[in-house]
Amino acid sequence: MAKRIDVSGLSAYYGAHKAIDDISMTVEPRSVTAFIGPSGCGKSTFLRTLNRMHEVTPGGRVEGKVMLDDENLYGSNVDPVAVRRTVGMVFQRPNPFPTMSIFDNVAAGLRLNGKYKKSQLNDIVEKSLKGANLWNEVKDRLNKPGSGLSGGQQQRLCIARAIAVEPDVLLMDEPCSALDPISTLAIEDLIGELKERFTIVIVTHNMQQAARVSDRTAFFNLAAVGQPGKLIELDDTERIFSNPSVQATEDYISGRFG
Amino acid sequence: MSHAIQDRPVTTVKRASSLSSARLPRWSPIAIAAGSIAAGIGIGLGAGWHSKVQWGMIAALLFVLTTYAVTTKVEGSRQAKDRVATSLVWVCFILAVVPLLSLAWVTISKGMEVLDPYFLGHSMNGVLDAEAGGGVYHALLGTIEQVAIATVIAAPIGLLTAVYLVEYGGGKLAQAVTFFVDVMTGIPSIVAGLFILATWNLMLGFGPSGFAGAMALAILMMPVVVRSTEEMLKLVPNELREASLALGIPKWRTILKVVLPTAIGGITTGVMLAVARITGETAPVLLLVFGTKLINPNPFEGAQSSLPLYVYEQYAVGTDAAVSRAWAAALVLIAFVMILNLVARGIARWKAPKTGR
Repeated sequence: MAKRIDVSGLSAYYGAHKAIDDISMTVEPRSVTAFIGPSGCGKSTFLRTLNRMHEVTPGGRVEGKVMLDDENLYGSNVDPVAVRRTVGMVFQRPNPFPTMSIFDNVAAGLRLNGKYKKSQLNDIVEKSLKGANLWNEVKDRLNKPGSGLSGGQQQRLCIARAIAVEPDVLLMDEPCSALDPISTLAIEDLIGELKERFTIVIVTHNMQQAARVSDRTAFFNLAAVGQPGKLIELDDTERIFSNPSVQATEDYISGRFG
Repeated sequence: MSHAIQDRPVTTVKRASSLSSARLPRWSPIAIAAGSIAAGIGIGLGAGWHSKVQWGMIAALLFVLTTYAVTTKVEGSRQAKDRVATSLVWVCFILAVVPLLSLAWVTISKGMEVLDPYFLGHSMNGVLDAEAGGGVYHALLGTIEQVAIATVIAAPIGLLTAVYLVEYGGGKLAQAVTFFVDVMTGIPSIVAGLFILATWNLMLGFGPSGFAGAMALAILMMPVVVRSTEEMLKLVPNELREASLALGIPKWRTILKVVLPTAIGGITTGVMLAVARITGETAPVLLLVFGTKLINPNPFEGAQSSLPLYVYEQYAVGTDAAVSRAWAAALVLIAFVMILNLVARGIARWKAPKTGR
């Protein structure tokens, strides 16, 4: 269950371009950590280094260490596929598998990993959909395609799909940016419940959202366009939004940047 | 301000800011088309041209020019260009459709003369070239077997090549493969036939067989499958691959269970189009399958026949009965390809990602 993430000296590259530079931070278990910062500062890139999805991008390369409790995700014998089973991810745009039904979407992670017992599958799907607050809306049409749901429902379906494989950490890359305020509220409530079981890291452009859902907030910034992004500070959300220790953070949060 | 201008007595009629202007009535393109066709026929008859193609050309030219002239006069030059572009599109569409329809019409009208269950169910065994009767069964059987074998060889190789190019490739090897696939697309069918003839028949010493023909057809089919599958796989959103990988699903399972099912409709259509392309090939079949009058259900030994080859042979005989058989066989060939296409479309629609609630 929920694990601590300890990042030290992490840099990520796209080919020759350095996207993030020398980031070190600790993410506490059973808490929500929010990443905020301007576009292009490397929040999403950094998030993707936490489950080795960064290297899926052609030219993607990472230096440094990410410790999940006491295991280095970038150790030489580590299988990225195993890492991704432990560290789940929810993307910006809802992306249910179009060929699969709602049930199959949730079951996809287990089925395609080949590690499940048929008798358990129904229970796991129900539990995951309940965990994502979607069960009551879809329980009568589990065999309908997932792409027929509304955007907010699709995103909760994606969350259900991610938690069905029982990861230790859940990464969310702007999960609400394509959603309306009501769906956003549903997801935010869900995040509040999920943090009892998972370590959650969420990237958001919405500072109110960061203030609402997170326990800790990290502010990223970049010196100029084309420069690598850096972690400016990480602190309790309350402190970041009331009394940040770095001037740049305060400028960004209060809208006085640039 | 604008009220003031509108209220002013109409001294400057053509104001540039006006949003409405004179428009041709909706029926005008049809009227111009009808007039042009009538004029084309009239000029053709008057000048004593026999070729209806010339009549059509005159009519098409008149249609475009009249459209331009009338529209310039009434609506202005910008609308005239718009309408000329539209009418050119229509003319090109008709130019494309007329030969197709006339081909279908000729084949159906001539082919129906002898096409009946007997024709489909019998071979040419014991039928003299000049006499009526006989059938196409041996050729149909040969075509089905050869095309099936070619598909079994070419479709998996082509599919896997495309998967490599889209999902794994990126380096020099992928570039080389793409290059050779492009080159292969341009191989004339007779060259593919000669290649198999040189290696399989002459060097290895096998006789003519349906299998030899199928190998040549597979060579022709492969690049088409690679190309169409590649395009279909590229259309699968990267988000789906990432969603699957992020669930801890290995890449090969992601491709097998997420990418390919998403693209399966388009891939099926592509394979079927490739099948349709090779079904009509004559040259390699002529070289390698050799042709026979008898029913030979074994594609691995002895000469077979095939529909295009049958058409060619019967037409070469030249008697009325033989030419009728050639047309009927051509109709069978077209129908065969058509049915394959319909099946492909059916599969594509059935397998396509569903969006309904």
